[in-house]
Amino acid sequence: MHLDHSHPATPAVSADAHRPDGTRRAVRIGLGGPVGSGKTATVAALCRALRDELSLAVVTNDIYTREDAEFLLREAVLPPERITAVETGACPHTAIRDDISANLEAVEDLEDAVGPLDLILLESGGDNLTATFSKGLVDAQIFVIDVAGGDDIPRKGGPGVTTADLLVVNKTDLAPYVGSDLARMAADAKAARGELPVVFQSLRGESGVAEVAGWVRQRHAAWTAQA
Amino acid sequence: MSRAALLVLADGRFPAGGHAHSGGAEAAVRAGRITGVADLADFCRGRLHTAGLVAAALAGAAALGRDPVELDAAADARTPSPALRLAARKLGRQLMRAARATWPAPELDALAREFPKGAHQPVVLGLTARAAGLGPEEAAYCAAYESVSGPATATVRLLSLDPFDATAVLARLAPELDQVVERAVAAARRVAAEGVDALPACSAPLLEIAAEAHAAWPVRLFAS
Repeated sequence: MHLDHSHPATPAVSADAHRPDGTRRAVRIGLGGPVGSGKTATVAALCRALRDELSLAVVTNDIYTREDAEFLLREAVLPPERITAVETGACPHTAIRDDISANLEAVEDLEDAVGPLDLILLESGGDNLTATFSKGLVDAQIFVIDVAGGDDIPRKGGPGVTTADLLVVNKTDLAPYVGSDLARMAADAKAARGELPVVFQSLRGESGVAEVAGWVRQRHAAWTAQA
Repeated sequence: MSRAALLVLADGRFPAGGHAHSGGAEAAVRAGRITGVADLADFCRGRLHTAGLVAAALAGAAALGRDPVELDAAADARTPSPALRLAARKLGRQLMRAARATWPAPELDALAREFPKGAHQPVVLGLTARAAGLGPEEAAYCAAYESVSGPATATVRLLSLDPFDATAVLARLAPELDQVVERAVAAARRVAAEGVDALPACSAPLLEIAAEAHAAWPVRLFAS
């Protein structure tokens, strides 16, 4: 939909790929997944890895207002004006999927305040395995699970595990301590996802977030190339 | 006019941001003023006859085509709490986005240009109803119903209240909703001749005061 062509100063439509001035907008990537799987830690690591090469900003969707945003502020991964917290009325999945209006506003306000941006990371508050982002809000989504949450999650599936553009299995360093079978998780993920990529990651390990950051770089390059 | 358009606009799933707001219920629950279904009924009744009536009249006047900029100023004057003004404008901006995608209209575009950060939600609601081909009664019904359905839904989450009981509260309020809408639309029709001072200005001081306190809480489930 392009409702805005006659009124370029007031964008109304969510998935429109261009800013009111006609330039291609920032690529928007959502990060979802269960509580405690390491979404915020991954966002923080991505900010550190990418902030020198891309103009980026973060939108958090917390259950309790500002916890994740405040973590990112404490960690000083980005200047405070590049981090916005959306309040979700206790339902992050509603704010990222069914009623995306508050998130779209946060995105617009960030572009106004610190834009033009190259990349916006939208983090969902910890939710259940069915939580996915609306295509009206994000261009690609990452689903983050961890080995300590149970190595049967890839087998159980659900829209996040099966359809996310990237599945991240986090905290692989804990696998020996919680009895998780990484080979089995990889095989189950492959069965559930086909050709969609899976990254096994430990943010405490040497390579840290490097592989996920590389995937984000690719998405940004592909988005920019479509201009 | 399509009556079905009213169902689309009044649907609680209409994606305009309302789900993140409790209409003051979260503050009232914390203060011990809502502890169960009877309190919820009292709270909703009070909200309906104050904030609900004002919102319904504003929405009705906007649906009649009265100047939305004047109506927005009238809404500001009737909303003492800065936190509630901010919430009303945020919700107005969110509704505007949904409205322009669902019922595109030059009047909505013009209001969006006038208020890039959002006009008061009832004004946007009235203009949305107008764009949807609805009249002042329908706009007022939407505003009045939202004034009580929001707190009822929020209280189900906040107190784990039985959802059947909460919905029954709304059903019992239906006759009063009819009366409030009638008063609101009568006032809205007088605006053409008498100006915005004809609109009701009932206030609920406790809602305003509690909203200011709520906005400063470090941890809360709802935005207002």
